[in-house]
Amino acid sequence: MDSLQKNGLITEELNVYYGTNHAVKDINLTFPKHTVSALIGPSGCGKSTYLRSLNRMNDLVEGTRVTGKIWFEGHDINDQGEDLQQLRRRIGMVWQKPNPFFKSVYENVAFAPRYHGMKNLDEIVESCLRKAALWDEVKDRLKDSALALSGGQQQRLCIARTLALGPSVLLLDEPTSALDPISTAKIEELMFDLKKDYTIIMVTHNMQQAARISDQTAFFLLGELIEVDQTKRLFTNPKQKKTEDYITGRFG
Amino acid sequence: MRQRNWRTEGFGRGITLFCAAILILITLSIVYFIASKGLSTFFLNGVSLTEFLTGTTWNPDADPGKFGALPFIMGSFLVTVGAALLAAPLGIGAAIFMVEIQPGWGQKILQPVVELLVGIPSVVYGFVGLSVIVPFLRNNVGGLGFSLLAGILVLTVMILPTVTSLSTDAIRRVPRDLKEASLALGATRWQTIWKIIILRSSLPGLLMAIIMGMARAFGEALAVQMVIGNTPLVPKSLLEPANTLTSAITLNMGNTIAGSAYNNALWSMGLLLLLMTFVFILLIRYVGRKGQM
Amino acid sequence: MNPKTTDRIATFVLYTIAFLIVSVLFGLLAYILYHGFQRIDLQFITSPPETMKAGGGIGPQLFNSLYLLVLTLIITIPLGLGGGIYLAEYAPKNKVTDAIRLSIEVLSSLPSIVVGLFGLMVFVNVMGWGFSILSGACALTVFNLPLLVRVVEESLRSVPREQKEASLAMGISHWTTIRKVLLPVALPGIITGTILASGRIFGEAAALLFTAGMSSPDLNFSDWSFTTPVSPLNPFRPAETLAVHIWKVNSEGLIPDARAVADGASAILVLTVLFFNLFARWFGRWIYKRLTAS
Ligand SMILES: Nc1ncnc2c1ncn2[C@@H]1O[C@H](COP(=O)(O)OP(=O)(O)OP(=O)(O)O)[C@@H](O)[C@H]1O
Ligand SMILES: [Mg+2]
Repeated sequence: MDSLQKNGLITEELNVYYGTNHAVKDINLTFPKHTVSALIGPSGCGKSTYLRSLNRMNDLVEGTRVTGKIWFEGHDINDQGEDLQQLRRRIGMVWQKPNPFFKSVYENVAFAPRYHGMKNLDEIVESCLRKAALWDEVKDRLKDSALALSGGQQQRLCIARTLALGPSVLLLDEPTSALDPISTAKIEELMFDLKKDYTIIMVTHNMQQAARISDQTAFFLLGELIEVDQTKRLFTNPKQKKTEDYITGRFG
Repeated sequence: MRQRNWRTEGFGRGITLFCAAILILITLSIVYFIASKGLSTFFLNGVSLTEFLTGTTWNPDADPGKFGALPFIMGSFLVTVGAALLAAPLGIGAAIFMVEIQPGWGQKILQPVVELLVGIPSVVYGFVGLSVIVPFLRNNVGGLGFSLLAGILVLTVMILPTVTSLSTDAIRRVPRDLKEASLALGATRWQTIWKIIILRSSLPGLLMAIIMGMARAFGEALAVQMVIGNTPLVPKSLLEPANTLTSAITLNMGNTIAGSAYNNALWSMGLLLLLMTFVFILLIRYVGRKGQM
Repeated sequence: MNPKTTDRIATFVLYTIAFLIVSVLFGLLAYILYHGFQRIDLQFITSPPETMKAGGGIGPQLFNSLYLLVLTLIITIPLGLGGGIYLAEYAPKNKVTDAIRLSIEVLSSLPSIVVGLFGLMVFVNVMGWGFSILSGACALTVFNLPLLVRVVEESLRSVPREQKEASLAMGISHWTTIRKVLLPVALPGIITGTILASGRIFGEAAALLFTAGMSSPDLNFSDWSFTTPVSPLNPFRPAETLAVHIWKVNSEGLIPDARAVADGASAILVLTVLFFNLFARWFGRWIYKRLTAS
């Protein structure tokens, strides 16, 4: 129970099947609170699949089966009876491609809180946009379409709208891979600030990025977890040959 | 909270399913009502099915009435096939032009033209046929002008856009590299179009386009009725007047007494049209499946 | 023949075909509009038709066509939205869904005269609405509905998947996601499709002959109640539309200026459909610009 308190999220023996395709195999991982964890690995190794099962987004894909346990806030959320709407308020998600709603900047942030019956929307919008380091850039155009923002601004807006529900865990799937270096730097900086309040789990293909901002890194290969360690140790002194091959770029 | 979710989710799914299910309900009731009325010609009025389908004398008012609907059936098939024979080369030709010959301005001009042609109401086609094609035939070709040929010409223009736009889709689906490989091997553009596009890759799609056009032609009522002359005889030449199932219904449904044998015979024609719709759908599905293999 | 020559001949033939089709359309439009404009004036558009003499107008018919269109849309839009949403968002792979899709295919390839027969039997006789606007609107619904369901389904399917994921990932219910996130994005497509379908409804005649009827009472355009027999709005009165009128004056030939009346009416019909068409295109482009403009 003590470890549950300290840790944001724990998966035990997590398996994901797409029909007969066993995409994620027996993953045991612990994500401590207020840390950034990076998931790395070659394309198709199951990082996104694993990430998406953490807030049960894989339920939307027909024919998917997820087994194992996901401990979050004291109980297993990979359970039939779990209230997914409540769960997804607590575990937010940001995608590779910025996907703001076709609505105004304000509405992008206010939409979900309003739906969940939260009050003081103006305050929520402002504070979330501030947390996402976007407020100064958009405070005069809250009524404009979010699609008129730049890619980097859109991505930060997506982070802001996720924060609006007051989650404790943020799942980010290659959040910067569609962005230019400056926007990327801004988002990395942002994650650094956000980890004070959130547990962050991020998929990335960029090893420098993983090294720069994450506290622990997990290396996936063909659906299996090969190695997980503190980031510094994993990059300087990997225990597994496969990890070493991958991070030194000697991998297919 | 869970309760509320379940309730709104169930509500959304239920109400939209209801809307979608109305489509099934309508279809079933169309089949039921048309069939029940259409079959009463044979069961209530004792007309024999063979007479209806193969008899050539149509005189329902005589005593005993003659219910040979073959002239109408023949008429419907003749105009349909005639229009398809004309519209197929034109429509496919236009599609090839848009995709292969002049994909730039050719398409910019033809595409909207085709879309506008689809939009023009069928009565207008009928009316123009009546005031242009019929007198033209009468003065330059012979006969009354009201003829099988006039019907075919009007229908050709009407189904041309359908054939063209569906053919365009079919030809667009041919992979680029197939064409490029053929051209690279030294085939001329036309050889490529003929061998690769028409004969191989898009054949099912093109057939589908033609069948869709035929389905439209077979069911068209007013435009044909206005120019075909409406005589219940099997025409001996293209220039003779004829009749179709749809025009017989159009002209006589309002003038016959509900429940009479004559009136019921018109419903039987409606039933025949309905059955043909199913035949066309089956054909389209069959050709479509062929295309996927 | 040598392949080069064949190629040249084929190219020539294809150009000829393209030219032919374009000239057919322009010839048709020029013919209809040229003849039509000789008849069209304000009096023609506003005054009622004559039954035996020349000089009648098409005022009530024009009104009937529009009213019928509005009534049909009022019935079809909610049903079409519902059906389209079901198919795009809820429909599982099962027999019911197959049946729905088959129904759509059947209904949209049904000859309109058959729809008219069905309307005659069910709406006019069984429901007892007689030859009326309501019967006509229901008949038009029968073949407009499958069209609209398809439009809605396709528009919803073309909404980026990520929009739906983003909304669901924030704990928003599927139904709210559909209404508040997906529908607004799909709306331009739905509206464009509906306008195009409206053009088709506006020009339809065969399905209306035996449902909305081939006559129109002497309308009193100062009476706007829903119940009096001469009120234009009364949905239970017969209503001959513009398209039906063109057919009727030609086939009955009771008025001496049938040709001119049909000319004028055809021109108005074609212009309206043209307008629907151009408006739909313009609207589609405009909304696209608005959504993507910076
Ligand atoms: N919706 C799906 N249906 C079936 N199989 C899927 C689906 N999504 C992913 N897969 C399969 O699951 C495996 C893991 O995919 P996943 O997207 O998780 O990889 P990834 O590590 O995120 O790759 P990338 O780095 O390219 O994003 C792959 O083999 C993929 O083909
Ligand atoms: Mg991925």
